[in-house]
Amino acid sequence: MDTPLKRTPLYEAHVKAGARMVPFGGWEMPVQYAGIVEEHRAVRGAVGLFDVSHMGEFEVAGPHARVVLQSLTTNDVAALAVGQVQYSVLCYPNGTIVDDLTVYRLADDRFMLTVNAANIDKDWAHVTQHTEHGKDARWTNVSADTGLIAVQGPRAEALVGRLADQDVTKIGYYRFARGRVAGVPALVSRTGYTGEDGFELYAKAADTARLWAALLGAGHGDGVQPIGLGARDTLRLEMKYALYGNDIDDTTNALEAGLGWVVKPAKGAFIGGEALEKIRAEGVRRKLVGIEMVDKAVARHGYPVLKDGRRVGVVTSGSYGPSVDKYIAMAYVEAPLAGVGTELAVEVRGAAKAARVVKTPFHPSRVKKA
Amino acid sequence: MSNIPKDLKYTREHEWAKAEGDRVRVGITAYAQEQLGDVVFVELPKVGTKVTAKKPFGVVESVKAVSDLFAPVSGEVVEVNGELPNKPETVNQDPYGKGWMIVVKPSSKADWDQLLTAQQYEELLKQGGH
Repeated sequence: MDTPLKRTPLYEAHVKAGARMVPFGGWEMPVQYAGIVEEHRAVRGAVGLFDVSHMGEFEVAGPHARVVLQSLTTNDVAALAVGQVQYSVLCYPNGTIVDDLTVYRLADDRFMLTVNAANIDKDWAHVTQHTEHGKDARWTNVSADTGLIAVQGPRAEALVGRLADQDVTKIGYYRFARGRVAGVPALVSRTGYTGEDGFELYAKAADTARLWAALLGAGHGDGVQPIGLGARDTLRLEMKYALYGNDIDDTTNALEAGLGWVVKPAKGAFIGGEALEKIRAEGVRRKLVGIEMVDKAVARHGYPVLKDGRRVGVVTSGSYGPSVDKYIAMAYVEAPLAGVGTELAVEVRGAAKAARVVKTPFHPSRVKKA
Repeated sequence: MSNIPKDLKYTREHEWAKAEGDRVRVGITAYAQEQLGDVVFVELPKVGTKVTAKKPFGVVESVKAVSDLFAPVSGEVVEVNGELPNKPETVNQDPYGKGWMIVVKPSSKADWDQLLTAQQYEELLKQGGH
């Protein structure tokens, strides 16, 4: 805990804007500016800017880069074309999760991986140690040199489009292009963590503050606002997007976490593949579900989930969902109780509060799936 | 510096107390609601509940955090703000007015004299809140 907190290239901008800074995964990050609920609504209704420069970026290049990634990640890298992005998972041999990540195919033999901030060191050790000896694939950790700004919301396309040197409407969902935004060289990726349309802009760390200022300035008429980690969390919760450290970690396997759609054993061997095949064949014992509180109460990480007084699971994330105007949560529950409509309870300060399993996402996704 | 009305008394846990005849109205301070951020849930006791000075009487939750509410005085709850569970944001909007939480009929006068004056509470905030 005594290690000094790291700061992103936008630290000064956050402090100047009056953000409340908090420690997060070893970083000093803005948790809120105007207020979590207002920021949440700005993203759903207009456009918000997120500093996600704390996230890690690794590059792997060489003739064997693809086969190395195939053996490390659960998704099928062969299905990933140059210019495409893929959501994926790094697993341990037992199928539990090292990290979730996005994989960018920069060229035939060159990829970028974007990983969670708190996992950078662990992931770096994992990918480098598990790159088979003799494979021609060079890893580079470019995290410190890379800034990352997410521009999310229904006005994101208009805002980024106004500053970009290319037609960003042509960039499809989970695709990217290189170019300039406000004169800054950037990788423009149509991805995000909010359920809204938008982009994630990767730039050199030294250029990131200039890009942030340009987006804020040009987005004034769009109602642009800087958004802190607090609203990032409520936005992703309404989409039931997993957050590493809350909903997934080294004790949860990819299948029970609902990430089976990115586990592709048909592609060949990968770390955790055998274990996940066995789990898939036997059926998962618990499932990550979306829960809505029937009684008024906020379910929070670690609260027990009950069925007729018996403990049947645990809450992994929970909050008030500003767009659904309900108290919502994600929880692992025993598989037979995971069906939509199942009546459960969450133990809140010793009292059983009624809840039920609901369909997710809690709020309809508006990502541009073209 | 947050708004600290002169006619109220305060706890070290950032509740305010207002003398209204033989009763005491209770809420949380402007500073407290600022620190909490958006209040999304308030849990209050029922009328008739006995509360004890410096002990929790309820809970306030923001998006990020759960906080206990501490009674400024011991006594019986004679009124509860029934609007708050449905409109918890009132605590942010009007902490000293419509955001009040309970009214207590104190069992003794001793607790009142233990509370901080506005000036003492301001000193507390200057020292960093605790």
